[in-house]
Amino acid sequence: MIQLSSPEETNEEEVEIPKRDDIREDLISKLKNDLGESLVATEVVAEVDVWVRVTKEAWLETAQVLLNRHNMKYFNFLSAIDWLPSPFGRDMDAQVDQPEPVTPEEMTWGTTGGETRFQLLARVHDLENHLGISLKVDLEDTDLSIESWSSIYPGADWHEREVSEMFGITFLNHPNPVKLYLPGDFEGYPMRKDFALLARRIKPWPGIVDVEDMPGEESEEDEVDA
Amino acid sequence: MSDTADTKQMAYIAAQAADARVNLEIETEGMTLNIGPQHPATHGTLRIVVRLDGEQVISAEPLMGYMHRGYEKLTEVRTYPQVTTLVNRIDWLGSFANEVPFILAAEQLMEVEAPPRAQWIRTALFEMSRIANVVLFLGDMGVQLGAVTPVFFAFRDREFILNQIEAVTGGRFHPNFDRIGGLKDDLPKGWIDETRGVLKRIRNFCDEIETLVVGNEIFQSRTRNIGVIPADIGLSYGLSGANIRSSGVDWDIRRDGGVGLVHNELDWKVWTHPDGDSFARFWVRLQEVRESCTMIEQILDGIPSGPVMAKVPRIIKVPAGEAYVETENPLGIMGYYVISKGDLTPFRVKIRSASFNNVSITPWLLKGVYVPDVISILASLYFILGDIDR
Repeated sequence: MIQLSSPEETNEEEVEIPKRDDIREDLISKLKNDLGESLVATEVVAEVDVWVRVTKEAWLETAQVLLNRHNMKYFNFLSAIDWLPSPFGRDMDAQVDQPEPVTPEEMTWGTTGGETRFQLLARVHDLENHLGISLKVDLEDTDLSIESWSSIYPGADWHEREVSEMFGITFLNHPNPVKLYLPGDFEGYPMRKDFALLARRIKPWPGIVDVEDMPGEESEEDEVDA
Repeated sequence: MSDTADTKQMAYIAAQAADARVNLEIETEGMTLNIGPQHPATHGTLRIVVRLDGEQVISAEPLMGYMHRGYEKLTEVRTYPQVTTLVNRIDWLGSFANEVPFILAAEQLMEVEAPPRAQWIRTALFEMSRIANVVLFLGDMGVQLGAVTPVFFAFRDREFILNQIEAVTGGRFHPNFDRIGGLKDDLPKGWIDETRGVLKRIRNFCDEIETLVVGNEIFQSRTRNIGVIPADIGLSYGLSGANIRSSGVDWDIRRDGGVGLVHNELDWKVWTHPDGDSFARFWVRLQEVRESCTMIEQILDGIPSGPVMAKVPRIIKVPAGEAYVETENPLGIMGYYVISKGDLTPFRVKIRSASFNNVSITPWLLKGVYVPDVISILASLYFILGDIDR
């Protein structure tokens, strides 16, 4: 009754796999070829991962290229990043939350850099080479809208709805642009950095006692033997 | 006299007309059936609104958010060691497995590596949480289809696994045991021998389930060819774990490029099934529990000696950077995209949970099936609400 899909050569014949970093470099050069100017920045961290940043206009095209030419069949996730430094004092060392906004820090970006406050972050995966790639795209504050991926990767549907309600980013040509988690009349975008976490505003976090010094210990002790 | 008769007749005609209107409505627009938020097939508070035409589903729309706890936002005000307390509660049945990818991501950013003994114990606990999780599914699937016995067996035998997890970590459901750089503690005395006995029980349980459920004619007729997911569609929706392996995709992060755990040093195999139906998903999970037992047995034999904690600062500040680490959790792939700016707290954590993607296929999958099959399909996809809503 029970049929098995051939499990015979699963573990044995794994000789001569090209190094994954070589595949990553190869992928980057091919993407440069396919996308040209639209590819803003790339980064490969050896034996860890690969990142690519594209322009907003090429977002949809990037997905098509990755799916059709580079066999990235697996849709992993899609999310967004708000690079604004938190305007609230949220440092765990603080005994109380600072009531007025602290002096705003400079906005800094992570891997592959950035120019705008909001970035979209997505990840797709190539099953044959066991290779994932993280994609980023800048979104101008004045126009927080971008083409939806759901026509290419249907799985992006829910992820885009979540990003849309949490960050206030509009996805064009989305099949069902309604809120996913939040009630329909909810106002504000909770995952933005300037959306206050109310529980933390009302009273200081009770776990603060945990980071007080133990009796007889130095406070500035940095290294301790395991 | 005639007046009353007239009134009665008029009332009768009006009632008939109202009935006809209702009938017309039912025929033209179908019926809306609300499954949940409190239905046993939903493992929590998922609500599915199903439009029906007779017994057939026209469209199904899951409505979520009844259990959204905002973990992604909360991680931004918690220190790295405190985050494990939160993520324990994402997939509450296999909670140790939730901690592992986050800790691995933080370790990757800090460039620390856990000592070998810690990695081996981590892998053992990781697989034990898979057993604790999936054993319940194997019993629960029967309940959804009307067989009450298997779930008692499942609860009975899961208890032994939970006892072993508790003996090491101190927590049955929320171990909070994984640390950046290793583990909180070493194994207690006598644990290895006890675990061997427990694994025997789990293997017996698998045999019981195989005879009780898999061989059962009613079970087969309710699950075979029900809810078939073709591999390509599954991949484009981001399905993972046993859900995608039962569609014939031979892919398991534990074998293919996983980091931090020691699965590649063990002798085991990835089970797949070509059918992609509810039965296949059940069958693959059953084999995976057995495979986990094999893995843990090998770990118990080969566990290296040494410390369980690397040298890390007492106050953990993670250097600025970004890391994405995913592992093959009981429900599928779970990953954390951690962005650090060198503070005590993460700047942003994107939690990629397995059930979110697994359930996002339901609007496509439930189209055209019959009402009783909705339950069988939902149960076989096996999701945990905490893992959808986060």
